[in-house]
Amino acid sequence: MTTLVTAPNLDRPDDFYERLVAAHRDLDDAQSATVNAKLILLLANHIGDADVLDQAIAAAREDLAPAGLHPRDDR
Amino acid sequence: MTSYVQPRYAYRRSPDQDAASPVKPVVVVGAGPVGLALAIDLGQRGVPVVVLDDDDTVSVGSRAICYAQRTLEILDRLGCAETICAKGVRWNVGKVFHRDALVFDFALVQEPGHHRPGMVNLQQYHLEEALVRRALAVSGVEVRWKNRVTGVRVGRDRVDVTVDTPDGDYALPCAWLVACDGARSPVRGMLGLESEGQAFRDRFLIADIRMQSSFPSERWFWFDPPFHPGQSVLLHRQADDVWRIDFQLGPDADPDEERKPERILPRLRAMLGPEARFEIEWASVYTFQCRRMSRFRHGRALFAGDAAHLVSPFGARGANSGFQDADNLAWKLALVIGGDATDALLDSYDAERTLAADENLAHSTRSTDFITPKGRASRTFRDAVLALAKRHPFARRLVNSGRLSTPTVLASSALNTDDRDADFPCGAGAMVPGAPAVDAPVEGEAGPWLLGTLGPGFTLLAFERLAEADVDALARRTVPVRVVQVGVPSTRGASSVADTEGFVAARYAARPGTCYLLRPDQHVCARWRAFDLGAVERAVARAVARTEDR
Repeated sequence: MTTLVTAPNLDRPDDFYERLVAAHRDLDDAQSATVNAKLILLLANHIGDADVLDQAIAAAREDLAPAGLHPRDDR
Repeated sequence: MTSYVQPRYAYRRSPDQDAASPVKPVVVVGAGPVGLALAIDLGQRGVPVVVLDDDDTVSVGSRAICYAQRTLEILDRLGCAETICAKGVRWNVGKVFHRDALVFDFALVQEPGHHRPGMVNLQQYHLEEALVRRALAVSGVEVRWKNRVTGVRVGRDRVDVTVDTPDGDYALPCAWLVACDGARSPVRGMLGLESEGQAFRDRFLIADIRMQSSFPSERWFWFDPPFHPGQSVLLHRQADDVWRIDFQLGPDADPDEERKPERILPRLRAMLGPEARFEIEWASVYTFQCRRMSRFRHGRALFAGDAAHLVSPFGARGANSGFQDADNLAWKLALVIGGDATDALLDSYDAERTLAADENLAHSTRSTDFITPKGRASRTFRDAVLALAKRHPFARRLVNSGRLSTPTVLASSALNTDDRDADFPCGAGAMVPGAPAVDAPVEGEAGPWLLGTLGPGFTLLAFERLAEADVDALARRTVPVRVVQVGVPSTRGASSVADTEGFVAARYAARPGTCYLLRPDQHVCARWRAFDLGAVERAVARAVARTEDR
């Protein structure tokens, strides 16, 4: 199983972070959500490896106490 | 409003209503597509069967309209595919639109060399009429109209069924009862059994219209089209110039209001343009459910089709999986009733078809989540996929407007013999143990298609010339195996076909010596790189759940 890389891997982390934030600067919340969703889908396809993606999803949810009912529960 | 004239099948008093009925081998409840297919299959196998139906006609409304290639192949075996294909509309291409733009298109069958097309669209009533005609022509099949089951008691040795008729009640004992009585299955209710799962809140409107149109015979699906913003729409062509249009209405729509022509007409006008001339044939507002029974066998009572499992319509997995249930059950029941297998074989019906139901439910639920996203994040991802799909091929694979029915590969079935030879392909589409045999063009006495050459029982598909003694030994078994040889000179007692275009060898990854054992429902249950009589006999024993021979 390939392990999700969580050690530093970005060439210029500050440059990347600046561009990520800049990509949202002139957007409203809905547009921002769209850009984030597209970004995730593009990167997920680039990575491809299901194990890595599963680890990333788990890492992204770490330390979150789910605050909402999943909408699936009510149908 | 419909132009279709329902046939009426006469109720006839049965002698069983006047004297105690002998115990019937099989009673099937429900003369819908699944019950009729099962009855025809059993009748063709020499098992007498009584089909009970509480009505005296076929389906009211077009209902299930898409019949997949595998279903057509099953119908071929049942002797009615030709009628159904001739009457229906064959199609192979689906198109998906987002707003006003084509996002992508797909083909169901991507290669030549198949007898049957990817899909045939036909109103369920036409399909049922063809099945009724065929059922009545098969000796041993009896359909009793206006016979409503009012009581079922499943015992150790028999099932006692009480039937209500225009002449009153009568008792109909049987060895095996198969409930094919639909989503609300009265039999399931009488036995206190449940089908569990989830109901979805979104409402949908089906409008069948009659219209002369130059639209192609394709499946068109729109996400958020300009003529029905924020929702999805699906268009299918049926026989007799009837078109099915399925409008998503959302969870808050009022079903009684939406059914009214004054509500339907503006929706149709918006879609088809003010000039379009059409008549509404049938309209229905529905919600759907994804659920199944935990087991499809309860002693001497078995469940098939919608009675056993229910999916959303996206993907045409309802009726098509029901046909696979019937296909799976008929030969097993016939062997058990004939004394050539124990009832353990019927447990494999449950194991194989609950697995298939889970596969269909997973596809159906995923399609539903894509078409009717719940919650903001889910909707954002859905719309992002659609937006990316215009430019990026990867995103097209994520667009899910329904994954159209393909037959379940029964890969984990206990009836399969695991591969002994390591060099067989195992990927998607490979003829692994559990896969339904794929068709291919051939030249032979039984016609130009491989599947038409297979026998009603077990078949050994051999890419080598077998000795006459081996062909004899296989033919003389309690559960006989017929040999079909491919591309070799014939052996007495075996059929031979020529693989004129090389499709058979390619699709079965065959080399000289390769053998495939096919079950009566045409699923592969074992394969070898060289013929071995003992191995074939053990594989047949395994495929009929005869444990003592293993």
